[in-house]
Amino acid sequence: MSLLSVRDLSVQFAMRDQTVTALRNISFELGKGERLGIVGESGAGKSITGFALMNLLSRPGFISGGSITFDGRDITGLGDAEMRDIRGNHMAMIFQDPMVTLNPVLTIGQQMLETLYAHRRLSKEEATQIAILKLREVYIPSPEDRLDQYPHELSGGMRQRIIIAMALLLDPKLIIADEPTTALDVTIQADIMELLLELCHSNKVGLILITHDLGVVSQMTERTLVMYAGRIIEAGRTREIINDPQHPYTQGLINALPQQTPPGQRLKQIPGNMPSLTAIPPGCPFAPRCNFATDLCRTVLPEVVQYGPVEVACHEVNRLHNDTVEEATA
Amino acid sequence: MKDAPATTPLLEIRNLSKQFDLDKSFLETIKFKGGKITREKRSVHAVNNVSIASQRGEALCVVGESGCGKSTVARLVAGLLTPTTGEIHYEGERIDNRSRHEMMPLRKKMQMIFQNPYASLNPRMTIKQALEEPVKFHNPSMSGSEVTDRVFEVMKSVGVDPSWAARYPHEFSGGQRQRIAIARALTVDPEYVIADEPISALDVSIQAQVLNLMLEAKEERGLTYLFITHDLSVVQHFGTRVVVLYLGTVCEVAETATLFENPKHPYTKALLSAVPQLSDDKPDHIRLKGEIPTPINMPKGCPFASRCSYSDARCGQEQPQPVHQPDGSIVACHAVEEGRLDQ
Repeated sequence: MSLLSVRDLSVQFAMRDQTVTALRNISFELGKGERLGIVGESGAGKSITGFALMNLLSRPGFISGGSITFDGRDITGLGDAEMRDIRGNHMAMIFQDPMVTLNPVLTIGQQMLETLYAHRRLSKEEATQIAILKLREVYIPSPEDRLDQYPHELSGGMRQRIIIAMALLLDPKLIIADEPTTALDVTIQADIMELLLELCHSNKVGLILITHDLGVVSQMTERTLVMYAGRIIEAGRTREIINDPQHPYTQGLINALPQQTPPGQRLKQIPGNMPSLTAIPPGCPFAPRCNFATDLCRTVLPEVVQYGPVEVACHEVNRLHNDTVEEATA
Repeated sequence: MKDAPATTPLLEIRNLSKQFDLDKSFLETIKFKGGKITREKRSVHAVNNVSIASQRGEALCVVGESGCGKSTVARLVAGLLTPTTGEIHYEGERIDNRSRHEMMPLRKKMQMIFQNPYASLNPRMTIKQALEEPVKFHNPSMSGSEVTDRVFEVMKSVGVDPSWAARYPHEFSGGQRQRIAIARALTVDPEYVIADEPISALDVSIQAQVLNLMLEAKEERGLTYLFITHDLSVVQHFGTRVVVLYLGTVCEVAETATLFENPKHPYTKALLSAVPQLSDDKPDHIRLKGEIPTPINMPKGCPFASRCSYSDARCGQEQPQPVHQPDGSIVACHAVEEGRLDQ
């Protein structure tokens, strides 16, 4: 049985003069201990997906349809108290900027114990022991001393480790990490990614990694969802998607990376911009930027279909594939 | 390899250092330590003894992690900051000690592009006003229609439709705004462009658009770039030569291809190994121990010694000097000098 099952999830924002659909019929599964990447550019709806899973959407955003089943239980309509029990205990979230996540006027110890007290009946000694243990797990040197320090006394990488330790405090089954390394330097990012991978392996924790960086997804995850304008446009095993992307957007995204073009030559850019959520074109949202778009693409929204090893939402995937095969044989 | 270049470099910085004083006033310098009142002046050593020369037509990239002083170098070169010590030469003439007035003719030749196009465009000016302003300022004799012609021409060259000229910056997307910021730098026909993380705030597909635009401008206008970035894959694509900075100090300078094929400095090696790759057969990244020391108390020896797995007693005591390597790169490392890395 899968750990998390999302069916036709939609999220809308009720604005004063219109309702904006930020997520449109998202469906995916996550197995126990599985690592899933969600990639896309800003505005694609990847963070909204994370927030919706944790039921953290605040007004005017709301889940307008679909269901989220976690560990066999439908959590879509749960009340605040029940949801609070699931958050932290069963799923935890890591955000991009550790300085914003940590409370600047509380010590690390106070913040960690606060989380523990909120969910468990523990004495101060027991709670402190757990906190130290978790800090040790994320390789924080001299964890006893860190408990009395304030966030500003620590470096960015150290803070992000502490956030990860806090997410692990209650041994959750799922961690949702929203751009956990984007604010960090590459060398620190590599350390944090290694740490997350190791923790997922040793604790059998499922991971949903939300990022814009295809390199990070490639190294961290087993399966990947590619999002565009609030929809999943391609899903499958990470290796398949990176090595043989099917959707023209995924292809464009990978081809646009500087390392895909010999130095000094023009990069293969995708023309135009992602449509704003208030003005999503009818039909395929990628059609205006797509070289393969037909009249069908501009009018009818493509369904997600199985294509070989991956799922793709594209009318032209057959033709596209044949073209590439011809190109390769020619 | 460029041994003693015959032509003077377009821009050269010599032994440049910049310190920012933390304790500015007299009262701030007074500290209470160990029962005694002492005077102590602390400063952040942002850039330490950096020498770089950029030749005409090249795209010199400065890379490093946050806090390594790469933006400070850009600002010093652009004349937005005054160096504490050292010299900056443009076409062989010293420019760091010039007055604002004397700098004026140079501002037309040197332009800067910043990271965040939301912050670098005035929200209350239409883009036509924003783009015309530098042209009018630097070419007072130009007529209004000539200025507009120039602006429209540059707008077209960066892919911004001149019919949008009456719009305000907020009506454009991030990528378009960065193109407008680039257009603004290009309207005065500069020869040297300092770009400080120009694509870091943009999405992948938009990054490619802006990078292409900068490549085109380089080829068509013969621009010379000083390109500041933390993104090594962009460097590999865009740069002709690379300067690796660590804690305000130059670790390695090399031709781009040489640096990526054969990095020599232990820090460069660690940095390159940390970049996430698409392929799954990526070699393990070199783990650095510890954290970046603060630039307030600069280490006595090699700035990287505390995190380097090759460091020995000499590294902790004596600062390594930049040494020319057989393949043309310049490396400041005792271990490389002594051949300790190959063991």
